[in-house]
Amino acid sequence: MLRLVELVKRYGDAVVVAGVSLTVAPGERVVLLGGSGSGKTTTIKMVNRLLEPDAGRVEIDGVDAATIAPHELRRRIGYCFQQVGLLPHLTVGENVGITPRLLGWDAGRIAARVDELLRMVELDPATFHDRRPAALSGGQQQRVGVARALAAGPRIVLLDEPFGALDPLTRDRLQESFVTIARELALTVVFVTHDVLEAIRVADRIAVMRAGRVEQVGTPAELLANPASEYVRDFLTIPLRQAAALHTLTGNAAFAPTGAP
Amino acid sequence: MSEQLALLPGYLAAHLELTLAALLLGTAASLPLGIWVTRHPRAETFVLGVAGVIQTIPSLALLAVMVPLLAGASALATRVAGVGVPSIGFLPALIGLTLYSVLPILRNTVAGIRGVDPAVLEAARGVGMTAREQLRLVELPLAWPVIVAGIRTATVWVVGIATLSTPVGAPSLGNYIFSGLQTRNLTAVLVGCLAAALLALVLDGLVLALEIGVRDRRRAVVGAALGALALLSVGTAARALHEHIASGAARTIVIGAKTFTEQYVVSEIVAAEITRTTGRPTRTVSSLGSTVAFDALVAGSIDLYVDYTGTIWATLMKHTDVPPDPAIVLAEVSRWLADTHGVATVAALGFENAYALAMRDETAGRLGITSIGELVPHAATMVMAGDYEFFSRPEWTALAETYGLRFRERRSMDASLMYGAVASAQVDVISAFSTDGRIAALGLTVLADDRHVIPPYDAILIASPRLAREAPDVLAALRPLAGAIDADRMRHLNAEVDQHGESPAAVARAFVARRATPGDGAE
Repeated sequence: MLRLVELVKRYGDAVVVAGVSLTVAPGERVVLLGGSGSGKTTTIKMVNRLLEPDAGRVEIDGVDAATIAPHELRRRIGYCFQQVGLLPHLTVGENVGITPRLLGWDAGRIAARVDELLRMVELDPATFHDRRPAALSGGQQQRVGVARALAAGPRIVLLDEPFGALDPLTRDRLQESFVTIARELALTVVFVTHDVLEAIRVADRIAVMRAGRVEQVGTPAELLANPASEYVRDFLTIPLRQAAALHTLTGNAAFAPTGAP
Repeated sequence: MSEQLALLPGYLAAHLELTLAALLLGTAASLPLGIWVTRHPRAETFVLGVAGVIQTIPSLALLAVMVPLLAGASALATRVAGVGVPSIGFLPALIGLTLYSVLPILRNTVAGIRGVDPAVLEAARGVGMTAREQLRLVELPLAWPVIVAGIRTATVWVVGIATLSTPVGAPSLGNYIFSGLQTRNLTAVLVGCLAAALLALVLDGLVLALEIGVRDRRRAVVGAALGALALLSVGTAARALHEHIASGAARTIVIGAKTFTEQYVVSEIVAAEITRTTGRPTRTVSSLGSTVAFDALVAGSIDLYVDYTGTIWATLMKHTDVPPDPAIVLAEVSRWLADTHGVATVAALGFENAYALAMRDETAGRLGITSIGELVPHAATMVMAGDYEFFSRPEWTALAETYGLRFRERRSMDASLMYGAVASAQVDVISAFSTDGRIAALGLTVLADDRHVIPPYDAILIASPRLAREAPDVLAALRPLAGAIDADRMRHLNAEVDQHGESPAAVARAFVARRATPGDGAE
C-alpha cells in the first residue's frame, strides 16, 4: 500500500505541488496524467525522496518514508527517469545491474537477471550488454532505463514518461508487455504521462493533475463518463478530436469515432 | 664527457626518487582535499587560494625557504623529543616539490567532480547509491580524465622544478645544470636539460597510459603502466636503501660547496684529503645556496665547508665597519663562530677570495682607471653587473656610500655569465672574485680598493658542532690544510676547471696526490 498524504512542494513563492493525496493499492497501476508543469514529476520524486516534501508525507505499508534511509528506500523502489539518466561510464549491462550490485547480489545472479530484463525490453543481450549508453538511440536508452527500474525486483515502481522517445509501434508493444509483467508480478505502479491513450492503456486508475493538484481520480471509464471538470473532459477527449480530424480527411468509415461526445 | 655520463645513473635515480615521492604525496594529499572541497563549497575559495599562493612563490625560493624552516623545526624537535631532522637534502626538496604538485591536482579534482552532469548524479541517487557509493562509482570515474590531466601537469612541473633541489643539497639532474653553468661546461648543462625533458616525457606517457587503460578497462595497459611505475619506484628505493646500508658501516663525512667553481674544487680537495688521511667515506653536496650551506652546517646536515671571513663578518655578524687587519677579522670570526654556533674553524687555507670590481684591461687603460676611486667619475655612464647577492650585500652598500659610486644601470646575473658579459663589453664593470681564473684569461683588470672598504675574505674550512663532537680525528687530520693553498694556486686550480674543462674532482685528486708525495707538496 502506497499513500501520498497532502504532499506540498514549493520553490520560493511558486507552489509546484499543492497538497496531493493519493492511495495506490498493492498491485494497482495509477497513472498521473496532466500537461507540462502540472506537478507530476515533482510528485513522484517525493515518493522516493529525490525531493523532500515541504509538507505532507508518503507512507509505504503504513511506514512514513521519511523514517527510512533514502538509499534503502530507493533500492526498494524502481525508478525510471524522464531524462533516462543512464550512467555514461557504465555499460548497458552494468546500468541495468546497478541496484542489484548495490544490494550485494552475487555476480551470477546479477548477470542472469540483466539478460532476462534486456530481453523483456526487446534488446538482444548479445548485442547490447557491453555497449555504452552513448552508442544507443534515445529509444534504446529508454528501454534500458525501464529494465534498470525493474532489475532489483521492487514491489513499487515509479516511471516518468518511460516510453516518450519510442516510435509508436515499439511503444505499443512495450506498453502491452509492461502491463503484462506488472500484472504478473503484482507491481504497485505510479506512471507519469501526458499521453491520454497511454494512460488508458496502462492504468487501473488515472489521476488527472493540473497546477499542482489532483483534479480527479478514477478508472478511465469513470473519468470519461463523469468528468469532474471541463479540463478533465477536454484532456481525456483529445484523442477523439484527433481521430475525428483523421476521419474528416479520409472519409473512411473504418476510422469513424464510435463514441463521439 | 664520459666522466659526466658516469654521474647520470646517480643523478637520474635521485631525481626520479624525488619526483615520484613528491607526486605520490601530492596526489595523496590533493585528491582527498579536492573531494572535501566539493562537499564544503564555502572552503573552496580559501583552499584553492592557499594552493594558488604557494604556486606563485618562485620555485627556487620555495625550496630554499624549507631549509631554515626545517632547521627551526629540527631544533625544536631535538629539544622536545631528542631527535632532529635533516634540514638539507631530500627532505626540504621533497616538501617543496610536494607543495608545488598540489595545485594542479587539487584544482582538477574539484573541476572534474564539479563537472559531473547533475542529471547523472540524480540517477545515481535514484538507483539507491549512498553518498560514498556515488563518489566511488560515479563521480570519481567520471572526473578521472580531468584528475589525471592535473596529475600529468604536476608530473611535468615537478620533474622540471626538481632540478632546483640541487641548491638545497638534494642531488638531481640539476647538478649537471648548476655545476655546468658555473664551470662553463655546456655539455653538462645540455645533458641535464635533456635528461630532465626525457624523464618528464616518460613519466607523462606512463600516467597517460594509466588513464587510457583505466578508461578503456584494458587491464594489460594498466598493468604495464603500473608495473613500470612500480619498477621505477622500487628501483630507486632499493638504491637509496643500498646507499644507506653501504654508508651505515662507517660514518660518511659530508662536505658542502656553494655554487661556484672554487667551492667545487676545495670541497673535493677536503674530501680527498679525508679519504687519504683517515680512510673514512665522504660525500660532497654541491651547489648549495650561500646561507643554505651555513644553516646546514649549524644543523649538522653537512659536516664541513669552506666559507670566507669577510662573508661571515658582513652577512652573518652584520658588521658594517671593517678593521684594517685581516688577522683580527679572522680571529673575531673564529671566536664568533665558536661562541654563537659551536662551529669550529679547522684551518685558514691560505688564500683570499675577495669581492673585487673588475673591468676590461682595454677600457681601464684607455680611461686611466686603476682603482675604485678613479672609477667614480666615469661610473655615471657605465653599466655594472653583480652576482645575485652582490647588490644586497653590505659590501656594496659600503662601496656605494664611501666612494659615492653611482652607475647608470645595475644588473644582477649569474656569476658564470658576468665574466663573458664584461669581456664582450655588454657591461662595463662586474663584481669579480679575486681568485677567479677568468680574470687573467679574459684580460680583466681588478681595481684597487684604495679606501679599504671591502673586508678581507680569507678562505676558512669550518666544521659542524656535530662533527667536532663525533669525529675529532677528522678535524685533526684536516688542520694541516692550513696555508696549503695560496691565491696563485687557487687561481690555477680554478682555471684547470673553467678553462681546461677538467672536472673539479679530477683537479682535486691531482692536488691531493701531489701533497701526498713528500717534497712536492709545497710546489
